[in-house]
Amino acid sequence: MFDFISFIPRAVVQGVPLLFGSTGETLTEKSGNLNLGIPGVMYVGGICGVIGAFLYEQSLPDKALISPVLAVAIPLLCCLLGSLLMGLIYCFLTVTLRANQNVTGLALTTFGTGIGNFFGGSLIKLSGSDVPSIALSATSGFFHRSLPFAGKLGWFGKIFLSYGFLAYLAVAVALISARILRRTRVGLHLRAVGESPNTADAAGINVVRYKYAATCIGSMIAGLGGLYYVMDYASGVWSNNAFGDRGWLAIALVIFTIWRPDVGVLSSFLFGGLYILHMYIPSGMNLAVKELYKMIPYVVTIIVLVITSMRNKRENQPPQSLGLAFFREER
Amino acid sequence: MQNEKREPLIHISRRGEISWQRAFAIRALAIVLALVVCAAVCVIMTGENPLSIYGTIWQGSFGSKRKIWVMLQEIAMLLCISLAVTPAFRMRFWNVGGEGQSLAGCLACAACMILLRGILPNGLLIPVMLIASVLAGAIWGVIPAYFKAKWNTNETLFTLMMNYVATQLVAFFCVVWESPRGSGQIGVINLNTELGWLPTVGGQKYLLNVVIVALLCVAMHVYLRYSKHGYEITVVGQSIKTAHYVGIKVEKVIVRTMFLSGALCGLAGFLLTAGTNHTLTTTLVSGRGFTAVMVSWLAKFNPIVMILTSFLLVFLERGAGEIATNFRLNESFSDILTGIILFFIIGCEFFVTYRIHFRRGDSEAKIHV
Repeated sequence: MFDFISFIPRAVVQGVPLLFGSTGETLTEKSGNLNLGIPGVMYVGGICGVIGAFLYEQSLPDKALISPVLAVAIPLLCCLLGSLLMGLIYCFLTVTLRANQNVTGLALTTFGTGIGNFFGGSLIKLSGSDVPSIALSATSGFFHRSLPFAGKLGWFGKIFLSYGFLAYLAVAVALISARILRRTRVGLHLRAVGESPNTADAAGINVVRYKYAATCIGSMIAGLGGLYYVMDYASGVWSNNAFGDRGWLAIALVIFTIWRPDVGVLSSFLFGGLYILHMYIPSGMNLAVKELYKMIPYVVTIIVLVITSMRNKRENQPPQSLGLAFFREER
Repeated sequence: MQNEKREPLIHISRRGEISWQRAFAIRALAIVLALVVCAAVCVIMTGENPLSIYGTIWQGSFGSKRKIWVMLQEIAMLLCISLAVTPAFRMRFWNVGGEGQSLAGCLACAACMILLRGILPNGLLIPVMLIASVLAGAIWGVIPAYFKAKWNTNETLFTLMMNYVATQLVAFFCVVWESPRGSGQIGVINLNTELGWLPTVGGQKYLLNVVIVALLCVAMHVYLRYSKHGYEITVVGQSIKTAHYVGIKVEKVIVRTMFLSGALCGLAGFLLTAGTNHTLTTTLVSGRGFTAVMVSWLAKFNPIVMILTSFLLVFLERGAGEIATNFRLNESFSDILTGIILFFIIGCEFFVTYRIHFRRGDSEAKIHV
């Protein structure tokens, strides 16, 4: 019998970084920017949180003195700041300097992954402390803390209440983004900017400001995915390249959800499930087949990509000016 | 106030023509600025003086004869994949799947080396390996191209996903063919018999790869510049409507060009597995498929200029690697430096394409930058 009660929480935990990433990328893409730097942004978000937490923990003489508020606030702020800077770099290059978005995004990913792995590997040496590895179990404890009565509620508690606060934040951010995009004037303007910046400009919308805002906020949301991964999922232990290809999967998820963050909530958990499905499919001693199961999320993405392009429904298409720079004088 | 015309502080317009000297000067300035910023970052991290850091970077590529050859090999492999993705880019087909296409080539090559050893003589085995690798890469490239041509499926994400499918496929076969048993790795294939290894030319392990890629570079330049196919690719890239109008079959051009693109990536995989590494791992291509996108774009899709851009990136990567080893920093340091330099080069293109006019007191006289 397939063990759903242990499977679903693990799928959700896997899905939360993807949900943050895809919500952030959806906002970005709605403004017409295809930010392929999201994997890098998520690395930076994660490592900035780690640096903040590490310095804070090191500055305390005793681990028992750690204040819950600061232990959560410092990594959170560092993470948001780091991802904001990444978003600004991307915006400055693509919006202000009108550089090619694909190339800028890939460069940003190289840069961000480099920052993550570099500081992950050298933080101890650079800060001159004498700990063997970065293990922020104290900080992670605060991120991981779930409601006190969750354990008493049996399977219900396990499936719905066993997560740290960032997981619920991810769902909330996704739902709020979906509402803003569909129901508010700001969302309407943002969509207009993504579909046809020239029309938006003619209607008096400040295209550049919208692009900057959407991309930077999107980056900050995506960065939280990195923070969640290292603080909650990985229990505060940073290991290089452990985050892996989740950033690309988050970008794929944007298409899977046809640019709707509310659809993203369930689909990211589904993707999380696909990501760990190989641990749940009985394959006996045959280790090789497990590698083939790990292919499933990517194959599913490809299939969705193909099907949405085949059906060619108007409301399911990417923003029309996605990937194109806006230059007012060039109408 | 209302009647007075307000002029913005900065006004930007597209340049008509720019002399190549001027464009070159802008780009050189960007690289110099980037190097200064990189040195500053290095100084902050290591506390050394900047001059010795530049020295270390130089040492990383030109420190010894062996290092020079390693650098040449790295340039050759990066250039090969960059050349492969270029025809697709000229067609505005964003093939970010060079990684997967090359890996497919590596996989096919290793498969032949393992399954056909002892069955075919070496003289026949190597051509079979070559054909298998090229075909495997081509198939990996044609799949997204077919869907792009038929249903306009987003190729950036399709090719990206194909990378991971290829990676997992390789991981699968790494376990299937593992040696020794239980290690989950393949190790060096045919270590004792050297079956399926490309011959060493001129006493240098890497010379053959370098020569092949150099020839490929010239051939690609001719193909894109002087052949009918090259013309069709350019037209499709510039305007699909024009292409339809002049009677070019756009779908056919897309599939054909991606076949070529994938095939050349497969060739790169062949050179990696049969020529130098003689093994198969999931990280064999080591991100070159992504770096190639930048090499190609920085060179404005010109194969000859790509020699320069791939040299630049490899030089910096090896230099930063040297800094990392010397100062016992993490080797990802090179990614940070590469990132910084790319940002500067990407950014400077703006100043090549556009012209900035600053407002002055009287609107007649304007400063042109």
